[in-house]
Amino acid sequence: MNPELVGREFPPTAPYLVGREKVREFARAVLASTPISLDPEAARAAGYADVVAPPTFAVVIQEQTLAQLLAEPDAGIDFSRVVHGSQQFVQSRPIVAGDLLTAALAVTSVKSLGAHAMVTAESTITDADGAHVVTAISTLVVRGED
Amino acid sequence: MAAPQTPEFASLAVGDVVAEQSFALTRDTLVRYAGASGDFNPIHYRDDVAKAVGLPGVLAHGMLTMGFAVQPVVDWAVDPGRVVDYQVRFTRPVVVDPELGAVVQVVAKVGQLDAEAAVARIDLTVKVGDETVLGKAQVRVELGDRGGR
Repeated sequence: MNPELVGREFPPTAPYLVGREKVREFARAVLASTPISLDPEAARAAGYADVVAPPTFAVVIQEQTLAQLLAEPDAGIDFSRVVHGSQQFVQSRPIVAGDLLTAALAVTSVKSLGAHAMVTAESTITDADGAHVVTAISTLVVRGED
Repeated sequence: MAAPQTPEFASLAVGDVVAEQSFALTRDTLVRYAGASGDFNPIHYRDDVAKAVGLPGVLAHGMLTMGFAVQPVVDWAVDPGRVVDYQVRFTRPVVVDPELGAVVQVVAKVGQLDAEAAVARIDLTVKVGDETVLGKAQVRVELGDRGGR
C-alpha cells in the first residue's frame, strides 16, 4: 500500500437524502425493535422530526467514501484482499429521516504489519447546514500475498 | 403499560449487566442486510465464492454483527440518539450455516461511568458458542437530562 496516502483528503460525496423507509428498512435489517427507529409517531413523541436511524446507519454513507479510496489509482489496495479490522462511530447527533448528508474522507494512518498493511480512514458526515453529525472511522486490513 | 424510561445514571454501578440477548441469524438475515446496507460482497451469500477465497463458509457482514449487537443497549437506553460513540474490532468471522444458521449471544455490562458528562460506557461481550467475535466492543451512552427529549 502507498504510505503517501496518509493525510490525503477526498472531495465531499454527493448529498445523500435520508429517507424514512430506508431508515426503517435498515433498522429491520439490524434486528432493531425500538419504536423510535420504526414508527414516526413514536419518534415525534420522543422529540424528533421523524424516525431515528440505528447507531450504525452511517455506514451506508461512509461506503461511498470508501469506494473513493479503493478507486484511487495510486492507493495500491487490492479489494479482494481487504478485511474490515475495526469500526467506530462518533456522533454529535443521531441521523434522522429527512437529513441531507455529505461525507468527506481523510486517510489518517497507514501501517505495515509484516506482509499485511492497515489503513485507517475517517469519514466526516455533515448536514445541510454544514454541522457535524457523525464521524465514521474504519480500519481496513489488506492481507499480503500468501 | 407506561412508556419505557431511560435509566437513571445515578442508579448504575460498574459491572452491572444492563442487557442480554441472543440473535438467531439465517441466510435470510444476511440477504436482508446486504440489500439494506448496499454491501453485496458475495462472500455473504454465495457458498461457492466463500469457498473459492478460502473461507470456512458464508460469513455474516461484520457491520451486521456490529449493527445488531448494539440493539440491546438501544432498547435499554430507550432512545437510539443516546448512543454517542460506538466502536468494535472484528476479531473472528461469524459463519452462517445454510440450514442451521448461527446464534450470536450479546451481554452488555457497565464498563465505566463518567459522572460529569453522565455518560456510561457499556462493554459488549459478543460470542458464538465460546468464541468471541467482536473485541473491544464499547458503547458510550449519554444518560443526562436533555430537556424534554
